[in-house]
Amino acid sequence: MADPALTISAQGLSRSFGARWAVRDVTLELKRGEVLGFLGPNGAGKTTTMQMLTGNLAPSAGSVSICGVDLLDAPKQAKARLGYLPEVPPLYKELTVTEYLRLAARLHRLPKVQVQAAVDLAMERCGLLPMAKRLIGSLSKGYQQRVGIAQAVVHQPDVVILDEPTVGLDPNQIREIRALIRELGRDHSVILSTHILPEVESVCDRVQIMNEGRMVYSDTIAALKEARDARGLVVGLRRPPAVGELAAIPGVAKVAPLSEHLFRLALQEAPDPTDALVERSVRLNWGLVQLSPAQTSLEDVFVQLTQREETAP
Amino acid sequence: MIFTIAAKELRSLFISPLAWVILGFLQLIMAWMFLSRLDAFLGVQSQLMALPAPPGLTEVIVAPVFGATALLLLLAVPLLSMRLMAEERRNQTISLLLSAPVSMTEIVLGKFLGLLLFLLLLVGLLGLMGASLYAGGSLDLGLLLANLLGLALMAASFAAVGLFLSCLTQQPVVAAIGGFGVLLGLWLVNMSTADPDSPLHLLSLLKHFEAFNKGLVDTADLAYFLLLIAAFLALSIRRLDGDRLRG
Ligand SMILES: Nc1ncnc2c1ncn2[C@@H]1O[C@H](COP(=O)(O)OP(=O)(O)OP(=O)(O)O)[C@@H](O)[C@H]1O
Ligand SMILES: [Mg+2]
Repeated sequence: MADPALTISAQGLSRSFGARWAVRDVTLELKRGEVLGFLGPNGAGKTTTMQMLTGNLAPSAGSVSICGVDLLDAPKQAKARLGYLPEVPPLYKELTVTEYLRLAARLHRLPKVQVQAAVDLAMERCGLLPMAKRLIGSLSKGYQQRVGIAQAVVHQPDVVILDEPTVGLDPNQIREIRALIRELGRDHSVILSTHILPEVESVCDRVQIMNEGRMVYSDTIAALKEARDARGLVVGLRRPPAVGELAAIPGVAKVAPLSEHLFRLALQEAPDPTDALVERSVRLNWGLVQLSPAQTSLEDVFVQLTQREETAP
Repeated sequence: MIFTIAAKELRSLFISPLAWVILGFLQLIMAWMFLSRLDAFLGVQSQLMALPAPPGLTEVIVAPVFGATALLLLLAVPLLSMRLMAEERRNQTISLLLSAPVSMTEIVLGKFLGLLLFLLLLVGLLGLMGASLYAGGSLDLGLLLANLLGLALMAASFAAVGLFLSCLTQQPVVAAIGGFGVLLGLWLVNMSTADPDSPLHLLSLLKHFEAFNKGLVDTADLAYFLLLIAAFLALSIRRLDGDRLRG
């Protein structure tokens, strides 16, 4: 919160439905000008997390602050800086596109004189100009999705949160929307959830993977791309030692923690550290649970993190 | 913000055929009742004149028509209010309002106001009908105004109850039936007792409306309606807040 560049900061966010935890202790930070990709298998808790970030759902525990304003203490000020596209776009089918976007702009407290210009800009950005006078109910699914996106950006919010924004769009429009997201990402912050991995690699600066309500991976795309070229190992330890101890193993060049229990080791050319690592893990009781060649593509990382945890006891 | 939401609600009402059908139908019935009462009045006018204190035009025509309209509104308002929240929740459009910088109170008041304006239009048209008597004779303006006020308060209470029922469910039809049930219950709650001092009379909508219908504007009756409206609006706000907590 001290950092003025921080647009979203969520600490220890948890949410239960009855006895089941949908989201467990999620911490998330986003800087201005960053695009964060949010991944996870179905039911991981992405939508629930986003609903809590936007004030649609009250968290069971934890706090959210938007541009330094606490969402629970001052919801109005915080929400004024947010734009949100839910999983199901919240469209009033009986209104025309223009009427609907005007309503969205007014609800976000845009002054009356700015509304028309803002609506025009949003329609242009989302390729909606030919549909301006049509009833939303008569639009195709893809166009309705665009109206949903336009609604989230019409008031030029600091933080844009998009839940699966490219679902149902044609390939041309997907490219345009990705370009729009990148453009938004330049001076706003964007969080988007998606199941399309190449989308994350092409538009996001950072990626976080959720599984069963927990954040299991967080890294920058740049680091991911770098790792693709380097030789490495991914090590999972139940009781991990200090990072320095891992780095001290002969043959290890660099240690990057992926999560509390998961580390990526970059390797040197000469001695293979595998034997030494296993031996130390047994001797010092680190609880080795995973040892595999470093995954290079996002897809590999995703599959590994989310499948392994599913079969774990 | 309240007005933005109210304007949207009013627009949605006028887009839907249901609202037009109800508006037209009610006007038709009210006009028919009005004319038939007028006809009856003209028929017996000469006999009435013979009475020492003859009842006026307003008393014979306006009061019964307004009384009947209150009953019609009891049927119509749940149909108009059923969509207010239930449909927003079913279509998940509510998240547009929830993620905008708008408080729950503003959402509920906006929705209420939107419906209320529609109902006031209806009441206003009836008022004009009553005022037209002015052309043909003397009009008891006080009685007419008391009736108008009573009907407006009644309509607002119906709207508040309907809105609350609409907050309880995702099915508009369930909201309509529930709203109708609650209103009928409130209307007739004193029927179950023969005791004229029973506290149940205090609860009855009909009892409080009757006073306005007779031209009596009593603060106790005013307070009853205002309290009823405030209570159901507060319940709606609570219910929506609870939704956010429970998910
Ligand atoms: N209103 C609710 N009541 C009960 N359980 C819920 C509710 N909403 C979500 N859940 C549960 O919370 C968990 C997380 O759901 P969520 O919708 O956040 O997943 P997701 O990551 O968005 O999945 P998807 O990729 O399918 O969109 C699921 O197990 C779901 O069943
Ligand atoms: Mg989802």
